[in-house]
Amino acid sequence: MDIVVDSLTYTYPGQAQPALKDISLSIQSGELCCLIGANGAGKSTLCCAIAGFVPHFYKGEMYGSVTVGGLDTVQSSIGNLARRVGIVFQNPFDQITGATLTVFAEVAFGLENLGIPRDETMRRVENALRKVNLWDLRTRSPLELSGGQQQRLAIASVLAMDPPIIVLDEATSQLDPAGTREIWQIIAMLHASGKTLLVAEHKMEYVARHASKVVLLYKGGIAACGSPRDVFGKADIAAFGVRRPRFMELMSGLAREGLWQGEMPLTLEDAASALKKVAQS
Amino acid sequence: MSTQSPCVDADRTDTGKCIVLDDVHFEYPGGVVALRGVSLKIGRGETVAIVGENGAGKTTLVKHLNGLLKPSSGSVTVDGIDTRSKTVASMARLVGFVFQNPDDQLFQNQVAREVAFGPRNLGYPTERVEELVKWAVEQVEISDLLPRHPYDLGLAQRKLVAIASIVAMDTPYIVLDEPTTGQDHPGTEKLGRLVARLGGAGKTVIAITHDMEFAAAHFARIIVMADGKVILDGTPREVFSRPAVLERAAVEPPQITRLGQLLELGECVLDEGEFLQAFSRRLAALKPSHEHEAGQPARPEEL
Repeated sequence: MDIVVDSLTYTYPGQAQPALKDISLSIQSGELCCLIGANGAGKSTLCCAIAGFVPHFYKGEMYGSVTVGGLDTVQSSIGNLARRVGIVFQNPFDQITGATLTVFAEVAFGLENLGIPRDETMRRVENALRKVNLWDLRTRSPLELSGGQQQRLAIASVLAMDPPIIVLDEATSQLDPAGTREIWQIIAMLHASGKTLLVAEHKMEYVARHASKVVLLYKGGIAACGSPRDVFGKADIAAFGVRRPRFMELMSGLAREGLWQGEMPLTLEDAASALKKVAQS
Repeated sequence: MSTQSPCVDADRTDTGKCIVLDDVHFEYPGGVVALRGVSLKIGRGETVAIVGENGAGKTTLVKHLNGLLKPSSGSVTVDGIDTRSKTVASMARLVGFVFQNPDDQLFQNQVAREVAFGPRNLGYPTERVEELVKWAVEQVEISDLLPRHPYDLGLAQRKLVAIASIVAMDTPYIVLDEPTTGQDHPGTEKLGRLVARLGGAGKTVIAITHDMEFAAAHFARIIVMADGKVILDGTPREVFSRPAVLERAAVEPPQITRLGQLLELGECVLDEGEFLQAFSRRLAALKPSHEHEAGQPARPEEL
C-alpha cells in the first residue's frame, strides 16, 4: 500500500516553529523506507503523521496532505487508519496496555477490541508471536520481559492486526546490540513478506544494509532522499547531524588516498571483500 | 581524554583515593546470582567503560559503587570507606549515579531547578549551587535548556538533563548507565567531550555502554563482563584485540577494528588513521613480490 505525503507542513499546538516544513514524499508499496536525521529533525512527527496521530491526537495546525493507499488521513478516523497503518514506538512501556496478564492476552487485546472471532484471534496471535519469536514466552507477564522482548511484543501486537503498512519509530533506540539485531531480523522478514515499512533509526549500519529508500530529515525538511548509496554517498551528510557507518568513512578515506576505488559498499562484509580484492590485485 | 594506562593509574591510586572491589559476590533476593567474584581497582581520573551483554552483571556491579546494593560477600570500598558502613545518601557525596532511564530521576518542573536540586540537597550555599549548575550545564552542553520543562524535551535531551543534574553534585566519581542510548550522533559526541572534560578535571567516569565506537574513542580503559565476572580489563586496544574472548561476552569490536580483523591486518586498528597505515603497509609488503613475479626490476630504494 502506497504512502503519499504532499506539501505537508505541521506545527504542534503552542509552538511557533513548524515541526515539518513542506514535506513531499512517496513511498511505494513493499518499500523499506528509513527515516534518518538528528533528534528534533522531525522523524517522529512524520511517523505520527503517517499513522494519523498527527493531527488527530496531537491537534495543531496542518497544511498539505497525507494519504495511505489513497485514503486521506485527515478525513479518516484513527480507528479506520489503524487497519492500514500499525505503529511501534521508541519506548515499549508506552505501548504495552498494562491491562493484560500474559503475553498472549496482550497480543489478543487489539483483536478482541475489533470483535474478531475467537478462532481467528487465536490463530492470528499464535502466528504473530511465532514471527517475533515470543511463542515460548506466551504465558509470561508483559511486565516481566526484557526491553528487547517487550519491543518484540509491541511488534507482535501490531502484526496481529495485519496492517499493510508498519511504522517503527526508533524502535531499537533503547535496546542493546542483541535486541537491535533481533528487531532488524524481524524488519527484514516483514520487508521480504511484502509489507510497506517506514523505519526511523539512528543505527546507520542497519539502514545502509536493509533500506530500499532513505530519507534524511533536517530541521523539519527533507535534506536528501534516495537509495542508501545515494544518501550515504553525500560527503556533507555529517552537516545534517548524521554520521555514515564508520566503515563508509574509512572507504571514503581510502578512496581519497587512492588506495581503493569503486561503488560504495553498503555492508562491512562487502567493504572487506572490496579491500581483499585490492590487496590481491 | 586521559591517555594514562590503567597500570599507571593503579600506581596513582596508592594514595587510597580509589574504588576497590574485593571478590564481590552478589545474589538478588529471588536467588539470581548476578556477580560471581569481581575484583577491581579504579583510580581517580580514570575513564572506564563497562561492556557486556544484558544480564552480564554490569548494572548490578555499578549499583555497588554507591552502596545502592551491598555485596553478599566480599567488599566494596570507596576512598577507603566500606559501602556497608554508610547509607546511600552519604555515599552520594562521593559517587554520582545517573540511571539508564532519565524518567526514574527527573521530577522538577524546570531544568534549572532539576540541576540545582542535587547540590542544594548536599547543603551547598546558594552561590555555590548557582556556580555548580552553570558549570554542569556547560560540561554537558545544555545551557540553552535551563528554562525548559524537562517533560517538554525529547527522551535524549531529558537524559542529558539527568546527567547534568548528577554532574552538578561535583562528586569525584560519576557513574553513567548507558548514557548514549537514544542519542543521535551530535548527542553522542557531546557525551564524548563530557567524559574527556570530567576525566581531565581529575574525576573518575565509569560508564556502562553497548556502543563500542563510543567506548573505543572516549575511554582509556574497558572492562568486559560476562556471566557475573570480569573477563577482560585493559586499554581499548588490549581488549579489542581479543575477538575470541569478546565473542563469549557477545561484544563486537568497533567496525573499523572488525574490518581490520576480516582483512587479517595482523594488528588491532582502532580508527581510520590506524587502518590506513596498516593497510598501506600490507599493500607495500605485497608489492615487491608481485613486481618480482611480473619480472620487473626492484626499485632503487629496495636495493
